[in-house]
Amino acid sequence: MKRVYVNEEWCLGCRLCEYNCAYANSGLKDMVAALKDKKIFPRIHVEGEERITFAVSCRHCTDPICVKSCIAGAISKRDGVVRIDRGKCVGCLTCVLVCPYGALAPGEDGIMQKCELCLDNSCGAPACVTGCPNRAIVYEERSEAQ
Amino acid sequence: MKRYVIIGNGVAAVGCIEGIRSLDREGDITVISEEDHPVYSRPLISYLLQGRTDTELMKYRPDGFYEENGCRVHYGRRASAIDAVSHTVTLDDGGKIAYDCLCVAAGSRPFVPPFEGLDTVKCRFSFMTLDDALALGEALTPETRVLIVGAGLIGLKCAEGIRDRAGSITVCDLADRVLSSILDTECAAVVQKHLETNGISFMLGDTVQRFEENRAFMKSGASVDFDLLVLAVGVRANTGLVKNAGGEVNRGILADDRMKTTLDGVYTAGDCAEGYDASLGARRILAILPNAYIQGHTAGLNMAGGDKSFDTGIPMNSIGFFGLHMMTAGVYDGEMFEDAKNGSIRRLFVKDGRLAGFILIGGTDRAGIYTSLVRERTPIDTIDFGLTKKAASNMIFSRDIRRKKFGGVV
Repeated sequence: MKRVYVNEEWCLGCRLCEYNCAYANSGLKDMVAALKDKKIFPRIHVEGEERITFAVSCRHCTDPICVKSCIAGAISKRDGVVRIDRGKCVGCLTCVLVCPYGALAPGEDGIMQKCELCLDNSCGAPACVTGCPNRAIVYEERSEAQ
Repeated sequence: MKRYVIIGNGVAAVGCIEGIRSLDREGDITVISEEDHPVYSRPLISYLLQGRTDTELMKYRPDGFYEENGCRVHYGRRASAIDAVSHTVTLDDGGKIAYDCLCVAAGSRPFVPPFEGLDTVKCRFSFMTLDDALALGEALTPETRVLIVGAGLIGLKCAEGIRDRAGSITVCDLADRVLSSILDTECAAVVQKHLETNGISFMLGDTVQRFEENRAFMKSGASVDFDLLVLAVGVRANTGLVKNAGGEVNRGILADDRMKTTLDGVYTAGDCAEGYDASLGARRILAILPNAYIQGHTAGLNMAGGDKSFDTGIPMNSIGFFGLHMMTAGVYDGEMFEDAKNGSIRRLFVKDGRLAGFILIGGTDRAGIYTSLVRERTPIDTIDFGLTKKAASNMIFSRDIRRKKFGGVV
């Protein structure tokens, strides 16, 4: 299946992925209304400092430990995509405690949200990748051996 | 066709069912459920009382889970005996169920110390099951004075859950600090202060000597008047079935890394089992939900003919009270590195060149990276430990490791 992969050598640390993610998941048509003067809560986060930066989002693991660990049964994996039912989540953050990639963070309301590859919002493909100016993140098929 | 029987219907049982079904779509699965409910998320009972979830949302699996997985569930039935020779389970109604493989996922029960006069207390509860929570919710009024015995995870989550629905809440514990199973003294003091600010009163290092109806007489000489008592002293693993059948038990049911007990064809998982604690390097009960699921899944795979080991379990908790979040994992042994600022505490414990455990109060971003270091026993000389001490981040890894994590299928 296609996942988001990182080419850290090419990341400029511009954080456009974060803005595009927050916009794509805002449900709003107007980018200014969605982002301007707001603290954003994206599902992808740029890590690093000065010369080394990279964008981290859910790896959609083959055997996701978050799914097995969620105390609310709110995280599941369907068609290869790890999804969260925000209605069931109580914000205990156990998924944050177990994700070895540090890929998860709660939303503004303290309830967990996560990258679902923009498959269910109006984008249909990861907005972070579409908007990346430098192919520092790509959305593609890779084999396990790679 | 293989006959699988699972004693218990909690999260470990679900793990077992899903483990079996990942290898065997045909075998016959029977589940013995003492509680008269489909599986639900037990750690959510305090959120239920708080109004942050409901019984529908608390369902751990969607309706139709058992049908889709071809499971027969005996609700409201208890297993009364295992015959390890004839491979049968006897139920409390006398019925017998034969098995080829059995998983004992019988959980634990509240431990009730023999307090003098306890039976004179009319309004008293445990806080473990959905029925416990529903009954407690029914009994509460805005005037109710609540005494909770036990300042552990269960007692304090209960306190948070009912704070806005009770008149007053006092928590007592024999231990001299709150959450003594997961916090050290200094961290416990911070959390206690936060709980007190939010209206919870404490009597620590003190225990009830006797009850007289609505009054508790403490060892210290103090007394507490209450309308409702919650006993959250601790739990005991349900080991009796396996023990009586001749299987080896300690505090929990003994199991190998494949979750097999010493009895032929009998596996175990969850709060009744002793699994391997990778942070301690020894077996012990790891009564946390992720562990229950993974042990159950491991047992299920092996029951269905697979060969799977689970030797990376560790104690870990992510829990919050009135907006203050904390995460802990592993053992607090070895050299401590502390980073405390802006009301947050970060304590990392390093032993034998590895992160043995941690306590985070407040700042918990990306804590899973720390957890993975404990779980995988990563030598700290392979990471940038200087950065690790300041924050959990992927910058602690080498570029090559990051390339594998974020450029490969994981």
